[in-house]
Amino acid sequence: MSLLPDIPATAAPPTQLQLKLRRQARISATLRYSLLIVVGLIMIYPLIWLVGASFKTNAEMFTSAWFWPKDATIQGYIDGWKTSTPYTFGHFFINSLQIVIPKVIGTAISCTLVAYGFARFEFPGKKILFAILIATLLLPDVVTRIPQYLLFRELGWLDTYLPLFAPAWLAGDAFFVFMVIQFLRAIPREMEEAARVDGANTLQTLIFIVVPMLTPALVSVCLFQFMWTMNDFLGPLIYISTVEKYPISLALKLSIDATEAFNWNSILAMTVLALTPSLIVFFLAQKSFIQGISSGGVKG
Amino acid sequence: MAELRLNSIEKTYGNGFKAVHGINLHVKEGEFMVLVGPSGCAKSTTLRMIAGLETITGGEIQIGDNVVNDLVPGKRGIAMVFQNYALYPHMKVRNNLSFGLRLKRKPAEEIAAATKTVSGILEIEALLDRLPKQLSGGQAQRVALGRALIKQPEVFLFDEPLSNLDAKLRASMRVRITDLHKRLRAEGLPATVVYVTHDQVEAMTMGDRICVMKDGHIMQVADPVTLYERPANAFVAGFIGMPEMNLFPAVLSRAEGVPSLTTDGQTIQVAEGLADRVTAVDGPVTLGVRPQHLSVVAPDTPDALTGTISNLEFMGHEVNLHARVGHALLVAVIPSERFDRTLARGDRVGLLPLGPRIHLFNAESGENISLAANQKT
Repeated sequence: MSLLPDIPATAAPPTQLQLKLRRQARISATLRYSLLIVVGLIMIYPLIWLVGASFKTNAEMFTSAWFWPKDATIQGYIDGWKTSTPYTFGHFFINSLQIVIPKVIGTAISCTLVAYGFARFEFPGKKILFAILIATLLLPDVVTRIPQYLLFRELGWLDTYLPLFAPAWLAGDAFFVFMVIQFLRAIPREMEEAARVDGANTLQTLIFIVVPMLTPALVSVCLFQFMWTMNDFLGPLIYISTVEKYPISLALKLSIDATEAFNWNSILAMTVLALTPSLIVFFLAQKSFIQGISSGGVKG
Repeated sequence: MAELRLNSIEKTYGNGFKAVHGINLHVKEGEFMVLVGPSGCAKSTTLRMIAGLETITGGEIQIGDNVVNDLVPGKRGIAMVFQNYALYPHMKVRNNLSFGLRLKRKPAEEIAAATKTVSGILEIEALLDRLPKQLSGGQAQRVALGRALIKQPEVFLFDEPLSNLDAKLRASMRVRITDLHKRLRAEGLPATVVYVTHDQVEAMTMGDRICVMKDGHIMQVADPVTLYERPANAFVAGFIGMPEMNLFPAVLSRAEGVPSLTTDGQTIQVAEGLADRVTAVDGPVTLGVRPQHLSVVAPDTPDALTGTISNLEFMGHEVNLHARVGHALLVAVIPSERFDRTLARGDRVGLLPLGPRIHLFNAESGENISLAANQKT
């Protein structure tokens, strides 16, 4: 395939110049693609190794940096699934989902409401409130950890999932609110005005008109929230103390702590399993996701 | 259908800017009223206040017998067509049309029947299952029109609905809308329409009456013929008509009772038809002559203004002749068949105004001072 743009197909044989140009284009393309493939492979190799190594035996694990197992075994998956606790890994999966699902739903609803308010309505103190919202975006996470812990302890929420997802129901993630606001600003108001003329009240306008148009942004929000929550280690570590309630991130750590000689293949096997939900969700929502982050940021 | 009354409507924005200065307008039942004016004349703001999309800071809006100041748009009995169509992008045409009725929880059969009727009138039956992004501009505008029509509102509001279309389509949509208005009237369902545009061709061809606005004030409300022939002030005179009316300073004086006008040292007699109507005292005035009311004569002809041709534009059926007379630049429109092809740039030429069709305006207020005696309309 020639990479030269639109050379009209003529019956005449190509001239010397054309041949030279084509050869140059081909060489340049080969070079570029080779470089991209090599760099890409280097970057993705740890992941490939992870998947391959999860099928290796413990003895083989660190003998070679090559990912392909000599004696493939699924023993790692069987052992890993059982875990060193009275619960199977599935139990921890369900725990994770008990945090992730309410958190994602809460984020989507609360961010939409707050962003709609900021993007479309004038109210006293709007500028100050928006400034505070952006300020919390810049605030390092660790600063709020201790006050938050004390607050949730007073509420008696320790060792429950509430501290992990309740803030999301109150639009606690300023980043997502900001992302939706930016996206909303790029959507012309006429559609909403037309809906109001058609007799829709504010809530109906939001649900029937704004939310469908916001879908790409909301998909991105949900996806980010899903992945970040699934991978969150610090939050559960601080608030969850009973092993029975551990999400995946803590359970993985548990399997490293529990035994003296690490069963690396079962740890890796469970890591692969822990990655899968995020990967599946990402690929399902990829199209809307890319649309969401690109248009949310660039249009203005 | 109902009449619409605006009583001393005012709009002042939060920053103190006053956009609309207490305007009064009465749109009769079934009337097609066009609001026209240059950008920033508050015509769209006025329309949006009628719709309820902008708050009203003073005065009263009445639709039928109801004062609607504090009603939300959905309860005012209006329907609106937006400039960029504002179709709901995620809904099929069918659902775009019926959205308002579905919100009102009308029975499904009624919605289906209304959709069928409206799509029939606008010839969009074939498009019902398409999404807005699959429509051309003209089709989208017809759907937007249908969405207004299906609600059977008291008043239709149009906000520059044709300005996103190309010239050809605009002309055909213009005819379509006026036809629809006439058809509804003939069927005994007259539609009260307020139509905002900056395009004077749309205004002149579509409106039963036209309301010319400037800087938040109403300049004149009249039917197209009156507006053209008897503009109330220099602004209306200059705004309506293509090319613009020639407006230039002159001095009105009376020698032995016969009024005459002097501009840049050239004096013309005020023709009889006009002399009767001129009410002003002698002094500086603004003289207004439409390009169509100037004819080409030999230089230095009495009562003609003599100048030099600065440009000639051949338009096919007519020629636009630009001539410099003293400090003023005048435009005359001459039918091609009567145009002397030997004339060229730099030639001296006389321009004879069609006496009775001259307008005189107060030099300061711009008020037309040549209408007084003959106020039939």
